[in-house]
Amino acid sequence: MRLDKARRVLVSGIFIILSLILKRTDLNIWYTNTSMLIAAFIAGYPIARNALSALKYKVLGIDALVTIAVIGALFLKEYWEAAAVTFLFMLGDYLESRTLEKTRSSIKSLLDLAPDEARVIRDGKEILVSPDDVEEGDIVLVKPGEKISVDGTIVEGNAYVNQAAITGESIPVGKTIDDTVFSGTIIESGYLKIRADRVGDDTTFARILEMVEEAQDKKARTQKFLERFSKYYTPGIIVFSLLLYIFTMDLVLSITLLVIACPGALVISTPVSIVAGIGNGAKHGILIKGGEIIEGLGKAKILAFDKTGTLTEGRPKVTRIKAFSIDEYQLLKITAIGESYSEHPLARAIISAYEEKYGPLNETSEEVDIITGQGLKAKVQGREYLIGNRKLLKEQGIILPQDKDDYIRAEEERGQTVVIVANNENVLGAVSIADTVREDAKELIMDLRRKGIKKVVMLTGDNERAAKAISKELGIDEYYAELLPEDKVNVLKTLQEKYGVTAMVGDGVNDAPALASADLGIAIGIKGADVAMETADVVLMSDEIKKLSYAIGLSRATVRNIKQNIYFAILVAVLLLLGVLGKVVFMASGMLVHELSVLLVIINAIRLLGYGEKSKN
Amino acid sequence: MITKTYKLETLTCPSCSMKIEGALRKTKGVEEAEVLFNSCKAKVTFDESIVDAEDIKDIIEGLGYKVLKEK
Repeated sequence: MRLDKARRVLVSGIFIILSLILKRTDLNIWYTNTSMLIAAFIAGYPIARNALSALKYKVLGIDALVTIAVIGALFLKEYWEAAAVTFLFMLGDYLESRTLEKTRSSIKSLLDLAPDEARVIRDGKEILVSPDDVEEGDIVLVKPGEKISVDGTIVEGNAYVNQAAITGESIPVGKTIDDTVFSGTIIESGYLKIRADRVGDDTTFARILEMVEEAQDKKARTQKFLERFSKYYTPGIIVFSLLLYIFTMDLVLSITLLVIACPGALVISTPVSIVAGIGNGAKHGILIKGGEIIEGLGKAKILAFDKTGTLTEGRPKVTRIKAFSIDEYQLLKITAIGESYSEHPLARAIISAYEEKYGPLNETSEEVDIITGQGLKAKVQGREYLIGNRKLLKEQGIILPQDKDDYIRAEEERGQTVVIVANNENVLGAVSIADTVREDAKELIMDLRRKGIKKVVMLTGDNERAAKAISKELGIDEYYAELLPEDKVNVLKTLQEKYGVTAMVGDGVNDAPALASADLGIAIGIKGADVAMETADVVLMSDEIKKLSYAIGLSRATVRNIKQNIYFAILVAVLLLLGVLGKVVFMASGMLVHELSVLLVIINAIRLLGYGEKSKN
Repeated sequence: MITKTYKLETLTCPSCSMKIEGALRKTKGVEEAEVLFNSCKAKVTFDESIVDAEDIKDIIEGLGYKVLKEK
């Protein structure tokens, strides 16, 4: 008869209770002992079998220690001890597997989010297929409540999509034609026809899953150390017990030592905390690729940020419009019309500023003359205008009066790029444009300091003035401007030499070398930056930069949790050892304390799953 | 040489995973064995002409750990 773990524990427990009852009756002690023996045998059989089969491969494990101890107890006719030890060991094992499942539950629930079917249109008909059978270029139809099974582009329809599986953001996002959608996300309302761009294992979701799955078993440094330690520890304990027996001739003492010496709580201390930490992160859209990373992030003291797209929106925006002699509407309209043929990013910023304020722009200029490096000359409603920089005015012989020059200079000091608008005689106004700082960036920097980051540095390819303005606005300690991607790597090296463990935060492809060369690379956003996602050690799935402080807080909490576990495990081990040598702790009670300590360590790790829940709002 | 992944029942102690790893590595024909404690999986690379997937499964189960799935 094959019994599963739970039944074995139950049956063995019943026999133990039975024998305790029999002990109180007047029946022969033989009944009590038989019942105890049966209990010991039922619980002990799988332990002994595992120990023996492991021995075949010359591996000594915890079950070997317990088996030797139980045989010793039987030899000493300590039937109660034998039954209690095997029962507690099996019960502990059973409870541990149940609680461990809990620590791993976040990651498991993420795996369960994988889409399991796809509705594809083939030969004009809708058919249901497995997501693995969808081919690139297929048209996939998704209805409300259904999961999108591919990464693709919308070709028809509108919908609100819940992207929590990817970004951790549970507020649905509106999507329409030409928008991209991700596999694993769910349509809350509306319907979509999607052209499959990436399918199966190539989808972002599948790759995230794979990375998370691998991450939970990438060992932390502490863990590697503990495993090396336990490899020598078990044989060491056997030798120690033997020596103890030889010197004291006290068999009970020696085998008790064997039982309590299993380093269970210690070796499990690190991996349980890490799996809970990584699981918590994954649930909040933060992918941390392994135990070593979480330890590193938990200890990082210096953070280097890329500027464009990380601390800023990455798109220039009109920040101020100053009209000198005409009204603001006129100024912006003339500028927008003049710029409507230009491909320059500044032109796009001006046009969208106009459209945001006054609706679509439907006039065009009659004549445009683009002067590279200066701006342009445009004819609007029969009049000629100059739109550009100082150089343009100078070349065209327009004088920039002192007061206007002062205004423009002040704007430039703030890191703005100023587009000057003039007609043939006068300067009419100036439009300030800058890449705007992300809304949550300032709060993030303050939050990071609260979480113990000592130094925040900004690296950028942008010019000195823009870098200075932004680092002042955000309260950044140091900035390095006008850097090429390879310069960023060099600056990082200097920072590492000067301050130690350095984390680099960036997005986009041009940051990939820097992300790879930092001690910890943190990539923000998953849009179009596959390289960054692969090279980075930590990926923030959504575009919200404030998740970074969550990631750091979570890592610190995980490191704290690991430390608590380790200290607790060592304390228990020392106390047990003293207790055994001082003869206050015996086999059964020793096993009880040992199993309890393992359970407590796991339960402490489970607390990490709740990190961030309290501080939400 | 092929690599197979065996999904195991919940592993309760990291030393169990080292035990399985050790036993597999000592098996003839096994090139590389890695047991993932948290995901409860064994990744084994082996030479099919010497040992087959079923043998590997038997070794793991012989050590007392149920194999739930293999792929």
